[in-house]
Amino acid sequence: MPEWVDGKTILFAMLAGLAGATAIGVVAFGNAVRSALCLVLNFFTLALLYFTLDAEMLGVTQVIVYTGAIMVLFLFVIMLLNLGSPAALEERPDYIKKALGFMFGGALFGVVASQVVRPFIETKQVFAPDNYGAPQGMGKALFTTYVWPFEMASILLVIGIVGSILLAKRRV
Amino acid sequence: MRHMDRLKYFEPWLIAHPAGAALIRVLFFVVPILLIVPMLIWWERRLLSWMQDRIGPNRVATITFKSGKKLRMFGLLQAIMDGIKLAFKEDITPTAVDRLIYFLAPGLALFPAFAIGATLPWGPQEGICRLLTPVANVEIGVLFVMAISSLGVYGIVLAGYASNNKYSLMGGLRSSAQLISYELAMGMALASVVLATGSLKMTEMLEFQAEPLWGVQKFFGIDNPIQNWLVFTPFGFIAAVIFAICVVAETNRTPFDLPEAENELIAGYHTEYSSMKFAVFFMGEYAAMFVFSGVFATIFLGGYNIAPIRALEPFSGLPYIAPMVFLGKCAFGITVFIWMRATLPRLRYDQLMSLGWRSLLPLAVANFIGVGIWVIGTNQGGQVDPWAGLGAWFIAFAIFFGLYMAIKQTGKERLGTALDKRTIELVSGNPANAIAFAKPDKVEVAVEA
Repeated sequence: MPEWVDGKTILFAMLAGLAGATAIGVVAFGNAVRSALCLVLNFFTLALLYFTLDAEMLGVTQVIVYTGAIMVLFLFVIMLLNLGSPAALEERPDYIKKALGFMFGGALFGVVASQVVRPFIETKQVFAPDNYGAPQGMGKALFTTYVWPFEMASILLVIGIVGSILLAKRRV
Repeated sequence: MRHMDRLKYFEPWLIAHPAGAALIRVLFFVVPILLIVPMLIWWERRLLSWMQDRIGPNRVATITFKSGKKLRMFGLLQAIMDGIKLAFKEDITPTAVDRLIYFLAPGLALFPAFAIGATLPWGPQEGICRLLTPVANVEIGVLFVMAISSLGVYGIVLAGYASNNKYSLMGGLRSSAQLISYELAMGMALASVVLATGSLKMTEMLEFQAEPLWGVQKFFGIDNPIQNWLVFTPFGFIAAVIFAICVVAETNRTPFDLPEAENELIAGYHTEYSSMKFAVFFMGEYAAMFVFSGVFATIFLGGYNIAPIRALEPFSGLPYIAPMVFLGKCAFGITVFIWMRATLPRLRYDQLMSLGWRSLLPLAVANFIGVGIWVIGTNQGGQVDPWAGLGAWFIAFAIFFGLYMAIKQTGKERLGTALDKRTIELVSGNPANAIAFAKPDKVEVAVEA
């Protein structure tokens, strides 16, 4: 066994494997609720990965925002729509469409991988620098260096909320 | 310290390795909760019966001797007997359920109840308690509570969905809407507390609460004798009230038990569950009550400190007393839960949403701004004047009173927007007249569109 295989690496491999498997599950399941649940598990595993890197703040934000809020709304909508049996969702086979889908999917994968994989090739250790993503440092960065992007993002969200209310209330 | 010497025997093989120490810490947290849940059920049933002028379960665990003497134990074993009964009941799984999710849901409901308490210290960070508590003293203690409590919705929603029952689904949908709404106010309430203490860490929050009240060193000439428990501070008090209401909503207890409203939805999300699967839901609810009481005690009631008197601080550090005090505060929280259940009727759905979005959330935001002003003011001035604290209390009460009036008005506003008002004359007079009150025989009723 190579020397860099220690407890942390094994834990990372397990969590990463689970994250990958659930990511495949999201698209592979025919049942919409199961797909959504796979996505929930995927986000949760990502949070656990952040925890193993001692980036607790990031992990907990992941859980609060994605697992706890957004995915609950996803499930809520899926249940309200009540999609019925998976058979109803199936389209008739269209080979041109499928081939195009595979092509574009492969191209997207290639583009992302070319940017993401390279820095990881020689990486053998799973760790982040000390206090990486600690709440104090994060707060300071958000309110000093990145205060304008931060405020712009909040304005964007407010515009989104106002817009959705405007659209939803138009008919009332 | 003597306790440390005794601990040495364990050190080589268990405490020394961080994983072993972590395991012990987890056991010291989870096992007491598991043991205490039957006691909680007994306490709830007895207390409710007392509040409702009934007798309640008092028979189990009564021993009759040959001489005719009876040893009564107030029905203490009732809950354990109920547990045994549930375990031996037939476990019925309806045919049309989504099996995998149906089996997963009770476990998902139980998980957050136990995990929330992982950052709660039940003893001071010195001596033996430092090794035993909390399970993980992470930097983001308060956020961890928020994160895990937001996962509580999954067990209920999935149980409602998987049961393939309209009533169950309604319960699940109600629960998800309710939990999302109240999480916001809860987050804002906790944010104002975090702003005041300047830390997300639970142990640092307790350190903040051990300081003199309002940060005032000399209180009109004498040394400030009172600890700074957050519930005694004006902003902390408002945050505590909001947090308490949100906790009741998060644990789906009366008056927020819409997900399982039995006169509307049979039993809501757990209608189709029987035997031990139902017991797991039941246990999850009580464990969540207990752990949330612990969170409330840690953040607002000074955690393991005996009383808000600074002279008693040395006693709070004793490893025998601290857990007992913490447990006592949890018991107090649970008693309030039960008290509320005996007192308040269930809210209507629109009342629930109105309370969460139009009352609690604005109040929490106003409180947050108030805390910001308080923190800036005290940081600039250095030494805090006692009058500043009293003035802040006055403002806090004014905000609170305004909110109370706003809540009172919400019902009347409904009456005001009604299309028509009709007067109904009661045939045999208002029944309230028979007691003592002189109520009019004519009742005004709003007629809606």
